[in-house]
Amino acid sequence: MSTPLYSIPGTAPAASAPEAAAPAAGARTVNEVLAQSQVEAVMDELDRDLIGLAPVKQRIRDIAALLVIDKLRASLGLAADGKHSAPSLHMCFTGNPGTGKTTVALRIAEILHRLGYVRKGHVVSVTRDDLVGQYIGHTAPKTKEVLKRAMGGVLFIDEAYYLYRPENERDYGQEAIEILLQVMENNRDDLVVILAGYKDRMDTFFKSNPGMSSRIAHHIDFPDYSSGELLQIAERMLQAQHYRFGEGAHEAFAQYLQRRMQQPHFANARSVRNALDRARLRAASRLFADRDRVLTEADLTTLMPADILASRVFQAPAS
Amino acid sequence: MMTNPTGRVTQGQFSFLPDLTDDEIRLQIEYGLRKGYAWSVEYTDDPHPRNTYWEMFGMPMFDLKDAAGVMMELAQCRKTFPNHYIRLMAFDSMRGVESIAMSFIVNRPKNEPGFGLARHEVEGRCIQYKVHSYATDKPEGERYSG
Repeated sequence: MSTPLYSIPGTAPAASAPEAAAPAAGARTVNEVLAQSQVEAVMDELDRDLIGLAPVKQRIRDIAALLVIDKLRASLGLAADGKHSAPSLHMCFTGNPGTGKTTVALRIAEILHRLGYVRKGHVVSVTRDDLVGQYIGHTAPKTKEVLKRAMGGVLFIDEAYYLYRPENERDYGQEAIEILLQVMENNRDDLVVILAGYKDRMDTFFKSNPGMSSRIAHHIDFPDYSSGELLQIAERMLQAQHYRFGEGAHEAFAQYLQRRMQQPHFANARSVRNALDRARLRAASRLFADRDRVLTEADLTTLMPADILASRVFQAPAS
Repeated sequence: MMTNPTGRVTQGQFSFLPDLTDDEIRLQIEYGLRKGYAWSVEYTDDPHPRNTYWEMFGMPMFDLKDAAGVMMELAQCRKTFPNHYIRLMAFDSMRGVESIAMSFIVNRPKNEPGFGLARHEVEGRCIQYKVHSYATDKPEGERYSG
């Protein structure tokens, strides 16, 4: 197209997009990049707010370090050739339910945004239903619409292995995967795709879709929480809701966790949250039963051991 | 008098300026997105001023955060219809407005023959005028091929 004969307000940053979009233009030291992008704050927050997950945090620090160094290389003109200079940032989070995959994805989006690798930094969270259509010709527009919404940010596909159903060869999931792959390759600087799901099922998914596996640079495994970490998480959750464990309730909850972790369908932090919600219900009924009592602030914010010990988990030790 | 001195159709915003570059288009889209508009791509090979409704290329794009999505759709439309008029339209869904807030042409055929003014003489030597697009003398799909 013809070159304009006039100057447009706002083109100066756009014309030199790769450098100017990055907050670290002209930076020479790691500290300068960190100070300009304020990415350190997000990483500290990640360390502080999320309990456990040491390997995940380490991996995110590694990725952030790589991106910061890349920024410095770019400011010295050492970047790779134009189009493919952007590093592949697509990720795969594997782990059991409730291990913090979605939470970490939100933080990653924030980090990438601060470093200028995604322009808007929003997260679009989808599952199979949002990508795959119900009849022929329905899938492509649906997938593209989601991809367009996610551009400039992070596309988080939860339980991504459902996209591929080998038992049904006419399943439209394959079509969605192909479009996804194409956009992941061609629009690398427009969006970052994060796939999430159980470890074993994601492994089978990648085995049947080698193209997907090779386009994902970072495979991050989320370990299960230990009981100590779960207790810490429980206290964090209560604190956020202005509750606290009463005398003996802490021990009761530790016992509860011991038993609950043995049972099937244990979903880590999510189970903890559900258990606490049920304990709050019981605490509420306990206070509700005593109609004439004057309730102090302590009464209203304390979970008693009885609230936790009334759980189903304690009633059937045999099964 | 020449009816088409610039050899270009002038409709919508920016049509008296040189063609917008992709970067300029992106800036306009970003502006619209910041305002909360929903962008859509339309094309036609009959740019008569009274031809208000052009063909839609895909659905209007709601809930977008970044111009890249619209640019991707536009690139696809340009690939499919390299010799058609393509315009971007921004729909403002705000209550009380609920109509197109921006519209500009982003793709033109290589040569635009423009419009002729046809005169009809009717009763009492009255004259009726008609704007006629030279391009529509040819059947659909063959316009602008030359």
